[in-house]
Amino acid sequence: MSGILAILERGPGGWHRMSFEALAGALELGRATGEPVTACVPGFGVEAAAAEAAAFGPAAALALEHEALSAYAADAWIEALGALIGAMAPSWVVLPHTYQTRDFAPALAARFGRALMADCTGFVVEGGRPVFERQLFQGKLTGRFLFETPKPNFVSFQAGAFRAPQAAGQRAPVAVQRADVDPARVRQKPEAPFREAAQAVDLSSAERIVAVGRGIGDEGNLELARELAAALGAELAASRPICDNGWLPMDRQVGSSGQTVAPKLYVALGISGAIQHVVGMKGSGCIVAVNRDPQAPIFEIADYGIVGDLFEVAPALIEELKKSAG
Amino acid sequence: MKILVAVKQVPARDLPVEPAPSGLWIAEAGLSYEMNEPDAYALEAALRLKESGGGEVVAVSAGPERVQSVLREALAKGADRAIHVAAEGEAALGLDPVAAAALLEAAVREEQPDLVLTGLQSDDTGTGQTGVVLAARLGWPHATLVVAIEPGQGAVRARRELEGGWFQHVTLPLPAVLTVQSGIARLRYATLMGIKRAKTKEIRRLEVELEGSRGGLRLAGLAQPRRVRQTQFLEGSAAEQASKLVEKLRFEARVL
Repeated sequence: MSGILAILERGPGGWHRMSFEALAGALELGRATGEPVTACVPGFGVEAAAAEAAAFGPAAALALEHEALSAYAADAWIEALGALIGAMAPSWVVLPHTYQTRDFAPALAARFGRALMADCTGFVVEGGRPVFERQLFQGKLTGRFLFETPKPNFVSFQAGAFRAPQAAGQRAPVAVQRADVDPARVRQKPEAPFREAAQAVDLSSAERIVAVGRGIGDEGNLELARELAAALGAELAASRPICDNGWLPMDRQVGSSGQTVAPKLYVALGISGAIQHVVGMKGSGCIVAVNRDPQAPIFEIADYGIVGDLFEVAPALIEELKKSAG
Repeated sequence: MKILVAVKQVPARDLPVEPAPSGLWIAEAGLSYEMNEPDAYALEAALRLKESGGGEVVAVSAGPERVQSVLREALAKGADRAIHVAAEGEAALGLDPVAAAALLEAAVREEQPDLVLTGLQSDDTGTGQTGVVLAARLGWPHATLVVAIEPGQGAVRARRELEGGWFQHVTLPLPAVLTVQSGIARLRYATLMGIKRAKTKEIRRLEVELEGSRGGLRLAGLAQPRRVRQTQFLEGSAAEQASKLVEKLRFEARVL
């Protein structure tokens, strides 16, 4: 058994942006283990895409083709990739930790009696073995994990874990292979993806954002955040639980299931900094975090931190801003 | 429809956690526990399906004795029965999703429900795999990140959340496993009557032999995360902190 199989993802609009980050992770794993990387693109009519991936550093690229892969269905992906991995017998299977990966990869790994090392932020090599790092307890701690199973082993990398590689001058050979999948065995019947009514709020263009999390405690306290946002000339946003509670509409949600933002200033009020939120705002220019828990992971990415009660800090900030404005 | 809901007990999310001296798990002294939030949403979805279409809701949790408190909570909110799959030590932590799924599988095989619901991930280990691996072990179809469930004749139509504000409907034959996204419906509180009634409801204990059901992930160490940015912590009273922050935002970061 040898080699690293990197599984890239495409959607109706083309590449998932994390595909090439995962490929970069696979290439780095390849450098650490001396194993060649094959970039695999499952789909239908994906030869050109595989050829494109071939220019980003793998030793080979593979278009895994089948009509049953023209739209995503978990069983189709599990069957097609399961057969490919069975035949290729790679040492490692590397995936981007996308929603799609979360849907099929655990069952794919389970087919081989393995668990997926999911959502890794990176790895280090110790004693000749890669040790994978992933977040635990909503980002409060980092766990270092080893595989104790024989190969193949399955890893998915978190958004931003690796920087997407530059296209190299050289193009690796591209193969087209018909996937071994029986459409009659695909039990999920997917319908066409759709969007909700157009988003009313485009947070991605906001210069300043005040975002609230669970720490706001109660719907009635949102007024305080609104006042602070007004004083800063900022848009109001929130982490997922606030929108789940119906306190703010979903189109004000920042994070993996909401909007991705990169304002000049991001003020996080009572947001712990779970990874699902952080991926949506870590590109912000200046991050201010106010939280009563000094251990909250939001402080790992904050430029300015205030450990304290937001119900004291926010009014003081509003006061201060009014003072200096007047 | 008979629905089995798998709920995990996790350390309370608002409390700090510290690595144990061994570095191989967290210090458990003084921890308090709660129902994993995505699982609370799975339970909510199950209770609503029962209220609209009839049937039975069975809550199941794997772990040491203490997990019975989340089962009591599920019973108080309206689950009909509960199963405690006894597990101790590493297998009970959920670090290895294959072991976690194997524990739950025993309860599913006994109960033979039409539908299994669970949260899409846990707030502690966060592997996000248990429901999917459970489906694979049972040979049942699955869908993840479910935000709405429409039961049909021998099938279920689930609305899945995709990335970037997209959604998709997918129809699966029953029996099936769905992993539920937070926010699927507003969570209910247990009523006083519910809490009283829960005391008379059954929690059955199930012993399971795991026999090598391991996915091969081994925790080799736990540490505080590395800081990505150098955070300047502002000290003092709230007024002092506010005044320092505004000054820094204006003159250092220049974002005001």
